[in-house]
Amino acid sequence: MPADPTPHGATAAGAGAPASLGKGAAPQRLAQAALRDVPWEVGVAKPDAAIVVDDVTRTFGGLTAVAVDHLEIQRGGITGLIGPNGAGKTTLFNLLTGFDQPDSGTWSFNGRPLGKLSPHRVSRLGVVRTFQLTKALSRLTVLQNMLLGAQGQKGEGFFRALVPGVWRSQERENTEKALELLRRFKLDAKKDDFAGTLSGGQRKLLEMARALMTDPEVVMLDEPMAGVNPALTQSLLGHVKDLREQGMTVIFVEHDMDVVRDISDWVVVMASGKVIAEGPPESISQNQAVVDAYLGAHHDAPLTVDEEDRVLAEAERSIAQEEGTGGDVIDPERRPRHGGQR
Amino acid sequence: MAELIDAFAIALKAAIGFQAVFLALLALGLNIQFGYTGLLNFGQIAFALLGGYGIAISVSQWGLPFWVGVVIGLAAAVLLALLLGIPTLRLRADYLAIATIATAEGLRLLFRSVSATPVTNGTRGLSGFNQDFIALAPWDTAERYDLLGTRWSGADLWVALVGWVLVALTCLLTWLLVRSPWGRVVKSIREDEDAVRALGKNVYVYKMQALVLGGVLGALGGMVYAVGTGSATPDQYQNANTFLAYAALILGGAARVLGPVVGAMLMYFIIQFADTGLRTLISNGVIPEDLLSATDVAQIRFVLIGLGLILLLVFRPQGIFGDRREVMLDAR
Amino acid sequence: MTHAHNRAGRRAGRGAPSHVDARRTGTGGGRRGPLRLLLLAVLAGSFALLVPGTAAAEPETAAESVSGTFRTSLSGPIEGVEVTVTTPDGQEIGTTESDENGRWSVDLPGPGQYTVTIDEDALPEGVTLNGENSRTVTVDPGRDQGVLIGLNDGSRNSGGGTVQWIQLFVDGLRFGLLIAMAAIGLSLIFGTTGLTNFAHGELVTIGAIAAWFINVEGGVPLIPAALLAMVVGAGIGALNELALWRPLRRRGTGLVAALVISIGLSLLLRYLYQIIYGGRSNAYADYRGQRAVDYGPFTMTNADLASIVIALVVLLLVAVMLQKTKIGKAMRAVADNRDLAASSGIDVNRVILVVWMMGGALAALGGVLLGLSDEVQWDMGFRLLLLMFAGVTLGGLGTAYGALLGSIVVGVFVQMSTLVIPNDVKYVGGLLLLIVILIVRPQGILGSRARVG
Repeated sequence: MPADPTPHGATAAGAGAPASLGKGAAPQRLAQAALRDVPWEVGVAKPDAAIVVDDVTRTFGGLTAVAVDHLEIQRGGITGLIGPNGAGKTTLFNLLTGFDQPDSGTWSFNGRPLGKLSPHRVSRLGVVRTFQLTKALSRLTVLQNMLLGAQGQKGEGFFRALVPGVWRSQERENTEKALELLRRFKLDAKKDDFAGTLSGGQRKLLEMARALMTDPEVVMLDEPMAGVNPALTQSLLGHVKDLREQGMTVIFVEHDMDVVRDISDWVVVMASGKVIAEGPPESISQNQAVVDAYLGAHHDAPLTVDEEDRVLAEAERSIAQEEGTGGDVIDPERRPRHGGQR
Repeated sequence: MAELIDAFAIALKAAIGFQAVFLALLALGLNIQFGYTGLLNFGQIAFALLGGYGIAISVSQWGLPFWVGVVIGLAAAVLLALLLGIPTLRLRADYLAIATIATAEGLRLLFRSVSATPVTNGTRGLSGFNQDFIALAPWDTAERYDLLGTRWSGADLWVALVGWVLVALTCLLTWLLVRSPWGRVVKSIREDEDAVRALGKNVYVYKMQALVLGGVLGALGGMVYAVGTGSATPDQYQNANTFLAYAALILGGAARVLGPVVGAMLMYFIIQFADTGLRTLISNGVIPEDLLSATDVAQIRFVLIGLGLILLLVFRPQGIFGDRREVMLDAR
Repeated sequence: MTHAHNRAGRRAGRGAPSHVDARRTGTGGGRRGPLRLLLLAVLAGSFALLVPGTAAAEPETAAESVSGTFRTSLSGPIEGVEVTVTTPDGQEIGTTESDENGRWSVDLPGPGQYTVTIDEDALPEGVTLNGENSRTVTVDPGRDQGVLIGLNDGSRNSGGGTVQWIQLFVDGLRFGLLIAMAAIGLSLIFGTTGLTNFAHGELVTIGAIAAWFINVEGGVPLIPAALLAMVVGAGIGALNELALWRPLRRRGTGLVAALVISIGLSLLLRYLYQIIYGGRSNAYADYRGQRAVDYGPFTMTNADLASIVIALVVLLLVAVMLQKTKIGKAMRAVADNRDLAASSGIDVNRVILVVWMMGGALAALGGVLLGLSDEVQWDMGFRLLLLMFAGVTLGGLGTAYGALLGSIVVGVFVQMSTLVIPNDVKYVGGLLLLIVILIVRPQGILGSRARVG
C-alpha cells in the first residue's frame, strides 16, 4: 500500500483523460476554498451542500448501527467517510441509497427528500453507488456491464425490446460512450471478456466506470481500494480525483488513512453509528475523539492479505444478511469470487 | 435387434410428439425465469395446470368456444404469476421457490378435491374439449399415418405440428428478447440484482415480467398436453414434471435459446428408450422379474431423472453442449 | 360372501411385501400418455392420507376389478362390512366382506359401469356414512377401480359428543409436534450450511419405511423398531453430508445448484422408495385399530397420546441440548454466524455433520409417529415437506426454536381450518398460510433482520 501521499497518482492516472485536467482544476479549488472557513465541528453547515442528513437512526435488534444527527456533504468535493469496523459506514451508505430503510430520520439530495425512495429511484436522481464487495456481473462481458449503466434505454422496455429498430441507434451511441470510458479506465482491451475473469482491481475499475455510465451527480464509493493490489491503487485514486475534476460530488468509505489524507477535501469520522468528528484531513489525526475511537480497533493501518480476506468475508456476510440475500453460496470460505485475485 | 430398432423408433416418436412439446414449452418458460433471470420457479406445472384446465373448464363446463378457453387459461397463468410474484420477488430467491412448489401441490390438491368437483370433475377430470381444435387440421384426423417408421393418428400429428410451431415462435421471441437491452438487464439481475438496482433499473418489474412470460409459456405447454391427450386430470399435472423440465433445461443448456428444446427432445428420447428397452429386457428375461418388475419401470424413470439432475449439476452444470468456463464464473 | 374375492386382504394378512401386487396400473402405460399413467398409479395411494375417514382405493392384480378400504382414524380398519357390486340395471356381480384391514375387492367380468353398495348396518357404532351408501363408477379396461365411500367417525365433524374445536386443536397440536420434529433438522441445516434441502421429506419417509420393514417384516416390536429407524435416519443424514454435501461445499457449489441437486435427490429417493416399498399405504403391526379414549371435550387413541408425549420429550431434550451442551451451543453459534464460529475455533464441519445426523434421526422419528397415525406411504415425507417449509418459514428460516413454534402453528392451523374448509383441501389451507406469511412477515415470527457493521 502506498504510504506516500504525493499527488503523482492524479497526474499519472489522469493521463488517460488529459482533457479533463484543465477544466477540472478550478472546481477542486472551489470546493477546498469553500470548505476552508468551515469550523471543524460535528454537524457543521457547508456552504453548498449536495446531501443533507437529519436525525437518521437505524437499529438492528437493539443495536444502534447508525444515529446521525446532522450531516452535510459539500457539492463538488471529495468527502472521506472513515471509522473503525462496525461504525455504521456501510449502513449509512445503504440508507442514503435506498438499499435499507431507517427507523427514523430524513435526508435530501439537492433539497429533494430521498427517504423511502427505492434504490433505482435514488440512482435515477443521480446518486450512484458502488459496493464494498465488487458486483461485477460475472457472466456478462465487460462491455455489456458498461452498457447496463446507460440510462433511459428504449430497448429495456419489454415490448420495445422486440423491435430492434427502436433501440439500435441509441445502443450504438451508448456503446461509443462505454468504449470511451473503458479506454479511460484502461479496460478497452478486455471489452469482450467475461467480467468474471477480471482481477479484483480491474473489477473495482469496471464498477466505477459502469457507475459513470449513469452520468451521476454524486458518486458513493464503498471501500474502492479494498482488495486492490498496490499497483492499481494509484490509478484508482487518480480516477477518483478525476470525478471531482468533472464536477461530481464524491463520498467514499476507506480504511487506509494515507489514501484518505491524499484525496479528501473533507473527512467525516464515524464510530458506533455516530459522527464523532469532521474536518479537513489534517485535522483528523489530532482529534482526541478519533484517536479514542480507533484505540483497540485494528484498521488504522493497511491490512495484511489475511486480514483483508477475513474482513472481506465478514463484511460480505453482514451485508448479505442485511440485504436479505445471504447464504448465496453454501460455504463462504470457498467463494469463487476471489478467483480473480488468485 | 429388431426390438432395439423398435425401441429406437418409439423413442424417436416420443421425442417429436406432443409430450415433448409440452416439456419443451415448460422448459422454455423456465429458461426465461431461471436460465436468464435467475428466478427459482419450482411450480411451473401449476401454470400448465391452469392452461390445460383453462380450456377444459371453459369448453366442457361453461360451453365457451375453444379460443376463449385459451385466453382464459393464459389469463389465469398471468394472474397466478402476479399473485406469486408480488409477495416473493422482493425476497431472497428461496422464498419464490418455496411459494411456487407449495402452489403447485396446493392447486393440484384443490382441483382434485371433492369440493371442486362441480367445476373440475375431481380426480376423473374433464374431456371432450378439443374437437374444435382437432377439426382445424387440414388432413383427416381419423386416419393413421406413417412417419419415421411409427404410426401416428392424424390428431396427434396435428397437435404435435401446431405445438412445434409454437415452440419455434417461442424460440424466436426468446432470441429477440435476450439479445436486446431487456435481455441484458435480466441477465444482470441473475448475476447480481443489487448492482442492477444501483444502476437505476427497477429490478422488481423485470423479475415480474420474466415470471409472467415464463408462466404463460408453461400454460401453453399445459394446453398442448391437455389438447393432445384430449383430457385434463389433476394428476397429469404432478410437480415431478417441473423437475423433468429443469432436467431437460440443464441437459440442453440453461441460458441458451435452443437449450430447452434440445433438452426436452433428448430427455423424452432417453426416457422412452430406457422405458421400452427395460420392458423388453424384462419380458425377454434378461433382467430377472425378482429384481425389477415391468411395473417398476415407470418409477425407474423418475429415479433416472433425479440421478440425472444430480450428476448433471455436479459434473456438467453447463449442459451437454455448454462451455464449462462460463459456468465456473457463476458465483451463485 | 365369496372369500375368493378377498385377495388383497389376505396377502396383506400374510405380511407379504406389498410391492408385488400394489401397482398394476403402470402396465397399461406407454401408448397414450406414459407419464399420465404413472401419475394415475400414484393417485390410488394418495387417497388414504388426504381423505381420512373415507374408504380408500386399493389396486389389485386381476383384470378389471373394484376395491377399497374401510377405515376411519377413530375406529381403525373396519372388518366385516358387506359390499355388493351390481350392474346399473341391477344384476348382481358379486359380494364380499371387508377383511381385518378393512380392505375389500371384487373382480369384474369386464369394463363398464358398476354400482357398489355397502351394508351400513354393519358399520361399527359411531361410524356413519358421509353421503349415500352406494356409488356408481366407470371401470376402464384393465383397471382396478378404487371406490371411495365417505365415512364419518364423529371426531372430525360435529356430533359424537366431543367439542369439535378442542378436538381439532388437540389433533393439530399432535400434527404440529410431528412437523416440528421433522422441521428442526431442516431449519438447522439451512442455518449452518445455507442449503434449502428439498430432500428432507425423504428423511421422514425413510424413518417410517425402515420402522415398517423392521416391525412388520422383521417382527421386532415397534418401539425398538422406531429406535432402529432413528439410527437409520441418522446414518442417512450422515451419508448425505459426507458423500454429497461436504464434497459439494468443498467444490464451491452455488446455492441454486445445490437446491436443484437436493430436488434431484428427493426425486431419486422418493421413487426408489416406491420401487422398494411399493405404492400402497400400510400400518405397523403394533397398536393398530385402537379405540379412542374419551377425555371429555376430546377423544384420542393411546397411540396418539403417546406420540404427543414422545414428541414433547424429544423436543425438550433437543432444546436442552441446544442450550446446555457444548455441541448444542456450537450448533447455534454456527447457525448464527459461521465465520465467527470458525474463527473462534469451532470445527464447523463436525458441527454440520452432527446437525445432519440429529436432523436425520428426528425426521425419522417424526416419520414413525406419522406412520403410526396415518399409515406408512412412499411419499408421506414429501407431502409433509411443504408443511415443514411453511412452519420453518413462519418461525424464521434457520432458527431452531422458530421452526418448533412455526410448525406447531401450522399443524394447528391445518387441522382447525377444517372447521371452515373441507377436509380434503386442508393442506391447501396450510400452503395458503405460507403465502400469507411471505406477504406479511417474510422473516418469520422469531427471525429478524441481521445487523450490519
